[in-house]
Amino acid sequence: MSLEPRPDATGAQLADYWRANLRCVALLLSIWFAVSFGGGILFVDELNAIRLPGTGFKLGFWFAQSGSIYVFVALIFVYAWWMNRLDRRFGVDE
Amino acid sequence: MNPEAWTYVFVSATFALYIFIAVRSRAGTTGEFYVAGGGVPPLANGLATAADWMSAASFISMAGIISFAGYDGSVYLMGWTGGYVLLALLLAPYLRKFGRFTVPDFIGDRYYSSTARVVAVVAAIFISFTYVGGQMRGVGIVFSRFLGVDVETGVLIGMGVVFVYAVLGGMKGITYTQVAQYCVLIFAFMVPAIFISLQIAGTPIPQLGFGGTEVGTSTFLLDKLDGLHRELGFHLYTEGAKPTIEIFATTLALMVGTAGLPHVIIRFYTVPRVRDARISAGWALLFIAILYTTAPAVAVFARTNLIQSVSEKSYAERPEWVRSWETAKLIEFTDHNGDGRIQYVGPNAVDASGAPIQNELVVDRDIMVLANPEIAGLPPWVIGLVAAGGLAAALSTAAGLLLVISTSISHDLLKRTFRPDITEHGELWAARIAAAVGVCVAGYLGIDPPGFVGEVVAFAFGLAAASFFPAIVMGIFSRRMNREGAISGLVVGLLFTASYIVWFKFVHPELDSAEHHLFGISPTGIGTVGMALNFVVALVVARFTPPPPAAVQELVTSIRTPRGAGEAHEIAVG
Repeated sequence: MSLEPRPDATGAQLADYWRANLRCVALLLSIWFAVSFGGGILFVDELNAIRLPGTGFKLGFWFAQSGSIYVFVALIFVYAWWMNRLDRRFGVDE
Repeated sequence: MNPEAWTYVFVSATFALYIFIAVRSRAGTTGEFYVAGGGVPPLANGLATAADWMSAASFISMAGIISFAGYDGSVYLMGWTGGYVLLALLLAPYLRKFGRFTVPDFIGDRYYSSTARVVAVVAAIFISFTYVGGQMRGVGIVFSRFLGVDVETGVLIGMGVVFVYAVLGGMKGITYTQVAQYCVLIFAFMVPAIFISLQIAGTPIPQLGFGGTEVGTSTFLLDKLDGLHRELGFHLYTEGAKPTIEIFATTLALMVGTAGLPHVIIRFYTVPRVRDARISAGWALLFIAILYTTAPAVAVFARTNLIQSVSEKSYAERPEWVRSWETAKLIEFTDHNGDGRIQYVGPNAVDASGAPIQNELVVDRDIMVLANPEIAGLPPWVIGLVAAGGLAAALSTAAGLLLVISTSISHDLLKRTFRPDITEHGELWAARIAAAVGVCVAGYLGIDPPGFVGEVVAFAFGLAAASFFPAIVMGIFSRRMNREGAISGLVVGLLFTASYIVWFKFVHPELDSAEHHLFGISPTGIGTVGMALNFVVALVVARFTPPPPAAVQELVTSIRTPRGAGEAHEIAVG
């Protein structure tokens, strides 16, 4: 079922692939942290002074009860797209 | 037709559907029984994961909890969705590449140790049983409230249905019934939410409705609710009453616990490829988010409706739904000041002269979703639909948990630890028998719940957070993590978290308040500390003990790349 890696995928390239993977994960997880623990918890009081324009949502409350969830969904789809691209570029796709 | 007749129609129709699907997708091999033959399309796996994940608690209790807790209820919204980001980015693709059947499989192989495998099996079985008892209880309660049968009969009927599709079909049967159950539960949750959003906010989209204005006025609903809360002496709906550290720790524990729950993790073994595991986590969270972004809206609508229909109203003229839930003892009224009106107030309520006002109405949080259709005056068929939805949520989660229990016993304990020479046929039968015994124990826990079922959240999530998540993450991201480190981390994390919860929940429940808690973190959030301890202990112990064997380091390299078998990657460096 699984294929052998391409002959041109050398050890160094696989190490680059892993580093690129870690960069992708680190960036996406910082966004994950910023919207939930940042926007929804640590800075909730400051953000509550601002309103989402045209709505009754205080910004901090919105991050905690809606905004972070929308961002979470987007993050996983971005991750899937990004990693599939990395897989192809480094020749490790299935 | 009355609501009860509609409930019979919906419940029988959906049960017949689940059994039909189960009979059509019987499992013939252990591969089919454990991971549906590894051939589930990612979209279907996303749907099944969403149903697997959303339990009776998500469907019945969560909106009600948020309705009463306001901002503080955000821990569940963020915690039970944010975990999927961790699962998708840190666990699912690698475990799919690893490509065995269970979580203890990974722990045992990665840490080349039967001890580690057995610790993982015990944790998996304990977490799953704690959780499944609550689901069967939920089944019994829905039956008793909507169909007038007693809780025991309700649990027995639920056991019968789960028995058919979990025992016969294994993962293959469960997967396709869960797809159907997702459709039933999301439809049942959304229909009343849309109706109520139209009534109160004038838009069919609840997610927008609760940030909008009340129909016919220019006041934002949230401002109005904050105003009502201030007037009645509750803390503001949009602001929290709990300390930041407690909110932070609880959210993190729920997120990490979600990512570490074995019945969720194994769903990602069922897709054909690594890329399918990534995208199906996205589908799963999208389908979950439909309910989880509607729940806070339902909470706001229900809270506003509740306050407006009872506050300062004459008790004699109370609405019909208050009467019916009073009969069920889930709403209770005591006329302390004898004025015949309902004073529904918070702890800070004072009258014109500054004297405190006593609250006269106690409302059970769990009724908010179930009573919503009645409060909003929706047609009787909607009530039947909500009952069927609650059952779908409870049964789908129960089946996923039972599968973990049965595979833990037949695969992890028999095949991989004590009886490696067992035939495939024998293993499949062992899995079926284990599932059947699991159903019976779950039914017993549902009928006669020991005290701990109520603390299922603290226990299941805390233990998953303190055990599986760190062990798996380090197994993937650290090539140097060894058997000694992982086992010490697991044991310390589990013991610390379990003793903290047992101490405050069972030994000294009277001390369970912020001033006695470690760093002010309640038992629900303590999994965060347990997880941190697990990481620290494991990393320190691993530094002073020998590195894992070369074969294991190759395994780690292999699971990091989607393509290819382990041997081909020995040249990779890290």
